[in-house]
Amino acid sequence: MSPLLLLILLPLAASLLIMVGANPRRTALGAALLNLVLSVLLFARYDLHAGGWQFVSEWHVLPNLGINLSLGADGLSLTMLLLSTLVTFSALWIAPRIEKREGLYYICLLFISAGVIGAFSTLDVFFLYSFHELALIPTFILIGVWGSGDRQAAAWKATIYLGAASFVLLVGLIALYLSLPSGIRTFDLRQLDQLAAAGTFHPASWIYLLLLVGFGTLVSLFPFHSWAPPAYACAPTPAAMLHSGVLKKFGLYGLIRICLPLFPEAMQQFSLLLVLMLIGNILYIGYVTVAQKRLDWTIGYSSVMHMGYIFLGLASLTVIGVHGAALLMFAHGLSVAAAFALCGEIRRRTGTLDYSELGGIGKVTPVLGLLFGFAAMASVGLPGFANFAGEILVFFGATFSSIYGPAMILAVIVGVWGVVVSAIYMLRAYRSVFWGPIAARWETLTDITPTAKWSVILLLVPLMIAGFYPQFILNMVGTIIPR
Amino acid sequence: MNTIFLEFAVVGLGIVLLLAEAFVDRTNKDYLAYLGSAGLFVILLLSFLPIQGPAPGSSDAAFITSDILSVFFTRFLLITTIIVLLMAPGFKPVLARYLPAEREGAGVGEFTILPLFVCAGLMWMVSSIDFIMIFVALELATITLYVLSTYLRQNNASLEAGTKFLILGALSTGFFVYGITWIFGVTGTTNITALPHAISLLPESSILPLLLGIALILVSLSFKIGAFPFQFWVPDVYQGAPTPVSAYLSVASKAAGFVVLLRLLLALETVPVVAHKLYAVITLLAGVTLIFGNLAAIPQTNLKRLLGYSSVAHAGYLLMGVASLGSLMAIPAIGLYFAAYLAMTLLSFVVLMVVAEATGGDEISRFNGLSQRSPLLAGAMLLAMASLAGIPFTAGFVGKFMIFEVALKQGHFGLVAIGCVTVAAGFYYYFKVARAMYWQQPTEETAIPVSMTVRILIAVLGAGILAIGIYPGPILAALR
Repeated sequence: MSPLLLLILLPLAASLLIMVGANPRRTALGAALLNLVLSVLLFARYDLHAGGWQFVSEWHVLPNLGINLSLGADGLSLTMLLLSTLVTFSALWIAPRIEKREGLYYICLLFISAGVIGAFSTLDVFFLYSFHELALIPTFILIGVWGSGDRQAAAWKATIYLGAASFVLLVGLIALYLSLPSGIRTFDLRQLDQLAAAGTFHPASWIYLLLLVGFGTLVSLFPFHSWAPPAYACAPTPAAMLHSGVLKKFGLYGLIRICLPLFPEAMQQFSLLLVLMLIGNILYIGYVTVAQKRLDWTIGYSSVMHMGYIFLGLASLTVIGVHGAALLMFAHGLSVAAAFALCGEIRRRTGTLDYSELGGIGKVTPVLGLLFGFAAMASVGLPGFANFAGEILVFFGATFSSIYGPAMILAVIVGVWGVVVSAIYMLRAYRSVFWGPIAARWETLTDITPTAKWSVILLLVPLMIAGFYPQFILNMVGTIIPR
Repeated sequence: MNTIFLEFAVVGLGIVLLLAEAFVDRTNKDYLAYLGSAGLFVILLLSFLPIQGPAPGSSDAAFITSDILSVFFTRFLLITTIIVLLMAPGFKPVLARYLPAEREGAGVGEFTILPLFVCAGLMWMVSSIDFIMIFVALELATITLYVLSTYLRQNNASLEAGTKFLILGALSTGFFVYGITWIFGVTGTTNITALPHAISLLPESSILPLLLGIALILVSLSFKIGAFPFQFWVPDVYQGAPTPVSAYLSVASKAAGFVVLLRLLLALETVPVVAHKLYAVITLLAGVTLIFGNLAAIPQTNLKRLLGYSSVAHAGYLLMGVASLGSLMAIPAIGLYFAAYLAMTLLSFVVLMVVAEATGGDEISRFNGLSQRSPLLAGAMLLAMASLAGIPFTAGFVGKFMIFEVALKQGHFGLVAIGCVTVAAGFYYYFKVARAMYWQQPTEETAIPVSMTVRILIAVLGAGILAIGIYPGPILAALR
């Protein structure tokens, strides 16, 4: 059996077992651990010299339409798969005790995991889309049942935003498909790549706009971002980790896979539009983040803001910029998942995330404070974390591409200023929660449990390895060479 | 084997069962449902034997055809009827409540058997190529449906539903006959396949009265398929009629209406003067039906009404496919959409029937906390709703995918844009049911009992939704 198919089927099989009565937590964790080991093996076994798509297998679904379930992975997909399985395992591990309907909880998380793994390992655009949608219903149930705060409004908003965006995206993908000459119409990424390389295929640029809006909304590109912060703030911790850490990267992955090779002209033509939007992400959302009064909302908005940097890397249309963006996708996924994990740990102890009520809890929870400091610094982009390496590459790429106009220079300046802005809100968050005088009612808080500690460390270690030696990711993502 | 044999077999089965009901001395009438569906299943198998159409030139050939459209929808109707028959045993308690209790089990037998005659009528309808034949078949089906929809004769809602259906149905039949007379008056034929030739011989001045006739028929068909602006009856009748009858109405009679529409359009395609205008009207109908059905579904609190509006909305998507008939893939796409629609609509009606019986009503609030009372029913309903909303790996998604594909191919960008908005609206109102089942707390904790027949129905329909969603190839191939 194809190892990639196994990656997709393991979480689904685990959910099936849970449905018929297996212990939910143990079954889910077992499947996630197997997946993690499997994806590390695949990551290591990938032949860098050969490059290209490896571990390829194919099943015919609608051959007449050029739709086949074909699986395969290159360096970028393996990086994303590693991210997915790391975050999945960590999210399942850190999940608190669920009193009621534990089975449903883990089934929902496993479905999200299977969906993202499927999306990152398929070679067919139709299934790329389909697998991503698999997460829609589980997210809706998870936020609505186990969420906190105004969870119902948040779940509705996210579901309708993502559902509508998906159909815009679907229309864009069908239009792309139909703009191929009949006879060679295909959803196969390999054939699309060949067509792009041959330079004979020039789809209309309005299709690019549909894809940009569709993928962009899924990545919370300004001004289509407003679903994300409430959804993350209200979602139960593992769902927030999976969604912000992994699922959101799907839109970026789609842009890299489909738009970069097929729409080089359209991306240049509309680069000003994209740059203006990403400046909105960095600058506007950056200041919105500073204004937040709760830790979960701060992290939610900061994750929207950081998408701006990844878009900047893509918009630069340079090799170094795109590689930086891919590295940043990996880094941001890990750091935001760690931040949400710790945020959930704090909420479980204190019952609140309001800056005005918290303060000084670092005295009683030193390990939690230390780990949060790591996650916060990673997200700010301190050297030593992969986020720094990614951002530097993105800035280089964007500077190189400033020949396209002054907007890019402006974007770089805004981006660098954005690093300062994120330092402001992250340090402020750190200070408000962990430093200062401690209120009497927090004196009895207990420090982080070993389970939670190790599941966060599991996320932070790869982040630091990639920070000190980014080459191990860059070599992998270097196998895709944007034209 | 001859085509009409299948229809006669269904009628014969119905008569035999009616006689059995009269002469067999059993108060439990469940056996009629099982015998009926077993009989229909045999007929379904027979439909896979090589079928001979009527010999060219024979008198049958002027009325009946056995093209792929007719074969596909004959099977479609048989499957729908089998499932609706199997719903009948679960509906017994409601019948007992609303029928005058002369003796135990009174009325259950007829309620189970009558759908067979509707099925025969609709099967003739999808195989007819002559307006007169279509009319006769339509009457057989609708008159039986009038009886079925008023069946709960001590329930005001059912009586109201039946009366509305009768009055509006009779009106639509009137439009149909009036349309036929105009067409016959102008062209001298009632045969659909002979129309293009007859029209080509017409003088310029006769086109307008011909269009009037076609417009009248279009009005009547819009009523059948529940397209705007002839959809008023849909939510009222679905809400009031017995649940298996609502299910049957929403799937089988809609399908038959669409087949007639398709036949008419396919024949007239070769006549540009008529076809252009017809396509323009269909495109307009598709757009307003999509908007109306989806927007009106949003505020609904009663699930049967919601499913009524949702069936209007799905008529909109199907019309989008009909408007794109210029594409070769349009008919397979419509067939696939119908196959998906069958599985997901019937599954939601089956679950609705069980839950309504257990909780005493069919408002969405009755589904509160269903996931805790019966994970099976909640999961089945979630799957049906996901498919109706169009989530990938379900039948509803591939259906929508194919419809959007052919619509884009034919350049219906406006319709596709409307479709994107209405799909988002659909996410809202279908997820409202999911919200009730998973987010809300139940008022009672007791588990809802699920009979073995219902379990099997859920398993078959659920597997159908997933199978079509993952591997739609065979259904598309059946209609190419």
